[in-house]
Amino acid sequence: MKARQRTTILASVCLIVCFAASVFMLRSVDRLRPQASLDDVLYISSPKILKRASLGYEGLLADVYWTRAVQYFGSRRGSNVELLAPLLEITTSLDPHLIPAYEYGGFFLAPPPPNGAGQPKRAIQLIEYGIRNNPNEWRLYYNLGFVYYMDLKDYAHASDAFERGSQVPNSHPFLKVLAAQMAQHGGEYQTARMLWTATYKTSRDKLVQQNAAEHLRDLKVDEDVSNLEGAVTRFGERTGRLPSSIRELARAEGLPGVPVDPKGEPYKMDENGRILVQHPDDFPLATKGLPAGFNAVGKHFASN
Amino acid sequence: MAAIEIIGLEKAYSLGFWRKRPKHALHPLHLRVEQGEIFGFLGPNGAGKTTTLKLLMGLVFPTSGSARILDREWTDPDIKAQIGFLPEQPYFYDYLTAHELLNYYGQLSGVPAKHRKQRIEEVLHRVGLRDVTGVQLRKFSKGMLQRAGIAQAILHDPKVIFLDEPMSGLDPMGRREVRDLMEQLKHEGKTVFFSTHILSDAEALCDRVAVIYKGELRGVGAIEDLTSTVQGKVEIVWQGTQVPASIKALGAECHVTGDTARAVIAETQQDAAIDVLRREHLRLVSLTPVRTSLEEYFVEKMRRADSAAGGAS
Amino acid sequence: MNARIGYIASNTFREAVRDRVLYNLIAFALLLSGAAIFVGEISIEIEKLVVINLGLTAVSLFGVVIAIFVGIGLVSKEIDKRTLYTVLSRPVRRWEFIVGKFFGLSSTLVVNTFCMAIGVFGALLYVSHKFTGSDAFILVALYFIVLQFFIICSLTLLFSSFSSPLLSAVFSFSLFVIGSFSEDLRGFAGMAHGITKWLATAVAYLVPNFSAFNVISSVAHEYPVAVQLVLHNTLYALFYTATALSGAVLIFERRNLK
Repeated sequence: MKARQRTTILASVCLIVCFAASVFMLRSVDRLRPQASLDDVLYISSPKILKRASLGYEGLLADVYWTRAVQYFGSRRGSNVELLAPLLEITTSLDPHLIPAYEYGGFFLAPPPPNGAGQPKRAIQLIEYGIRNNPNEWRLYYNLGFVYYMDLKDYAHASDAFERGSQVPNSHPFLKVLAAQMAQHGGEYQTARMLWTATYKTSRDKLVQQNAAEHLRDLKVDEDVSNLEGAVTRFGERTGRLPSSIRELARAEGLPGVPVDPKGEPYKMDENGRILVQHPDDFPLATKGLPAGFNAVGKHFASN
Repeated sequence: MAAIEIIGLEKAYSLGFWRKRPKHALHPLHLRVEQGEIFGFLGPNGAGKTTTLKLLMGLVFPTSGSARILDREWTDPDIKAQIGFLPEQPYFYDYLTAHELLNYYGQLSGVPAKHRKQRIEEVLHRVGLRDVTGVQLRKFSKGMLQRAGIAQAILHDPKVIFLDEPMSGLDPMGRREVRDLMEQLKHEGKTVFFSTHILSDAEALCDRVAVIYKGELRGVGAIEDLTSTVQGKVEIVWQGTQVPASIKALGAECHVTGDTARAVIAETQQDAAIDVLRREHLRLVSLTPVRTSLEEYFVEKMRRADSAAGGAS
Repeated sequence: MNARIGYIASNTFREAVRDRVLYNLIAFALLLSGAAIFVGEISIEIEKLVVINLGLTAVSLFGVVIAIFVGIGLVSKEIDKRTLYTVLSRPVRRWEFIVGKFFGLSSTLVVNTFCMAIGVFGALLYVSHKFTGSDAFILVALYFIVLQFFIICSLTLLFSSFSSPLLSAVFSFSLFVIGSFSEDLRGFAGMAHGITKWLATAVAYLVPNFSAFNVISSVAHEYPVAVQLVLHNTLYALFYTATALSGAVLIFERRNLK
C-alpha cells in the first residue's frame, strides 16, 4: 500500500499548494485589471445588440450589469462617472422593470461632481423611460420631481412630476403636498428638508438612504449658518458693529450656549463676521459655512 | 520462492442503510502457488474468483491482508512487467486494430521498441490471429476477442499469467487450442493461474487446484489427493439379468445390459455385495473401482458447505 | 515513467481522431468562410472586427464543446467498458493514466485550434487583403483560448474520475458559464456580508476565472495585450490545471473499480 499512500499524500499536497497559488495569481490578475470588467461591459455599448445577444436571458444579464454598476459606484471613489449613464441605460433596457436602477440614476447621475455624474438631463431621460415602462410606480415620479427640483431648479416641472405621481393609485400622500409646495415655496430649506426626509424614509436602497441622511445633515449646516449670519446682520444693525465673538452673538440672541454643528462642534466666526464650521471636511454637501475657496474633496457618492 | 502467495486477502462490503451488515465477497484467503505449475482456481459463478483476481491486479483494494507475487508486494507497479492478465469477457479499444492494440500494450509493458514488432507477430501467430492483424477490434467475434486477450497477456513474456475464465466464448477447437497453449506455457517454465467453473478443463490441465465457494476456500491440493478423500465406489458386474433385492437395498444403481447386470456401490459395501451374489448363485464377472471425478468432489464440498451454513444460521 | 504518459497521451489523441472529433473543423471552415464572404460583400467597414470576433468566438466555443464531450468519458468510459483492466494490469501507475489522458485531450485541442487559427488568418487576409502588426495579438487571444481549454480539460477529467458522463457534462458546462462571470461573482462577494460573503468568496475563487482570458473584443478593436497579463494568465492556468488534476489523481487513486 506504500506506493498508493505516497501518491495520495503527494496529490493532496499538490492540490492544496496549487490551489493556493491559483488564488494568489487570481488576486494579482485582478489588481492588473481593475477597470477590466467595465471596459468589457461597454464594448457592446448598444443596448439593442446586447438584448439580442443575451438570447432571452435579459433579466439575468440586467442583474449582472446592475451588480457591476453598484459595485463600481457604491464602493469606489468617483471613478469613471461617465460610465454610469451607459451602464444604467443598458441595465434598464435589458430589464425595464428594475426600479432601483432609475432611483440610482436620479440620485447619482444628476448631481454635479464630485457627488454625481453631473448629467441631470440624462437622468431625466432615464427616469422618463422608466415611467413609460412602469406607469404605476409612484416612486419614479418622485425621483423625477426630485431631479427637476434639486439639480435643475425647474420648479414648474418638478411640481408637474409630483402631481402626475399623486394621480397613481396607492401613491404616497406626500406627493400631493410636494406638488403644492413646489408651486408655492420652491427654493427653501423647508422644501429641501422635506424632500430629503421623504427620500430617506421611503427609499429601500441603503446607498440612497445614506446619501439622503448626509444631505439632511449638511442641510442643517446650511440652515444654521444662514440663521447665524442673519443674526450677525441683526446685531450689526442694532449695535453698529460686528460681534466680538460668537459667544457674544449667542448671548445677544438669547441662546443657551454656542450653537453646535451636527457633529457637535461649535460654529466659529471669522473677523469679517462670517460663520464657519470647525471641520469643513465633515460636511462635503454643505454650501455654507465653508472657508472661501474651499473645494470639498470629492468624497464619492456615498460613504462606506 | 513461490510464484504467488496470498496472505489473508479479504474483501468485505458494507451493506444496509447503517452499513452494519458486511457482505464478504472474499473471506480471508490463504493460498500458495509454486512456480512452474498450472493452478486452477475453481468455483461456481459468484464464488469470489474474479474478486480475488481483481484484488491481485490492484483494481480493487482489500479490506485486509496482502499478497506477494514473485516475492514482491502485489502493489509494486514494477512487478506488473512480469505479470500477464486476461480479464473475464475482455473488452478492448475497438477503434484499434489487433496490431495497434498489442503495440500499445507492449509500449506500456516496456517491451523495447526493436523487439516489439517481431514479438507482436509471434504472439498473434500463436493465438491464431495473424490473418486479422490489420482489422479493427470492433469487427472481432467473441472468440477472436478472447484470443486477442490471451495475446496481450503473454505479449511481454511474463513469468506469471493470470487468466479469468480463459475458455469462455470459445468453441471446442478454440478451447483445445487454449489448453495446448497453457501446456506450452508451463513447459516454458511459466506459472499459470486460471479460474474457471468448467471442471473438465481443470482436470485435464491442472497440477493443483483450489476450490472456492461463497467467498471461502474449501479445499486445495493435487486433484488425485482431493478426489481420494471422497468415498470411493466400485462397479460390480455379474452374469444374468436378475437384480437381487438385497443388492438394491445397498443403495446401488443397477443396470441390465444384454445378459449381464451391473451395480455401482460404495467401496465399503463390496464384501456384502459379493456375499449376496454367492448366496443367489450368481456368477461374478468383474469388480472394478470407479474413479471419483472432480465434479463429485466439488458437489460434495458445496453440499457440505451449504449444510454447515444452514446449520449455523 | 514519462514514456508511459506519452504512450497514453498519443493513444488518447488517436482515439479522438478516430472518433471523428476533428470533423468539427469542417463545420468551422464553412462557418468562417461563409461569414467572411458575406461580410466582404456588404462591406460595412467593420469586416475585420466581425471576422476576428466571430472567428475567435467560434474557436473558443467549438473547443469548449469538444473538451467537454470528449473529456467526460475519458475515465468513466474506460471503467464502464473495462478497457482499463488490461491497462492497469501493466506497470502503469494510476496517476500516469490520468496525466496521460489529460495530455492526450489537450493536444487534440491544440491541434484543432491550430487548424482553426489558420482558418481565421485566412479569412482575415480575405477581408483585409493584408496583415497589420496588431494582428499578432490575435495569436495572444488564441493562446489564452488554449489556456482555457487546458483548464476545462482538467476539470472534465476530474469529474470523469468519479461521476457519470451526463453529470460530468452538466458540472463542466456550469463551471464554464459561471467561470465566464467570475469577476462579477467576486464583485458580488465584495458587496455581500456575513456568511453569504464567505460562501460567495469561496465559490468565486473555486470556479475557474475565465473573464481574464477573454480578450477577443479588445483584440478585435486592435488594442494591445499587456505582457504581464500573459504571464499571469499562464501561471494561473498552470496552477488551476494542476489543482484539478491533483484532485482527479486523488480520487482515481483510491477508487475501487467495478
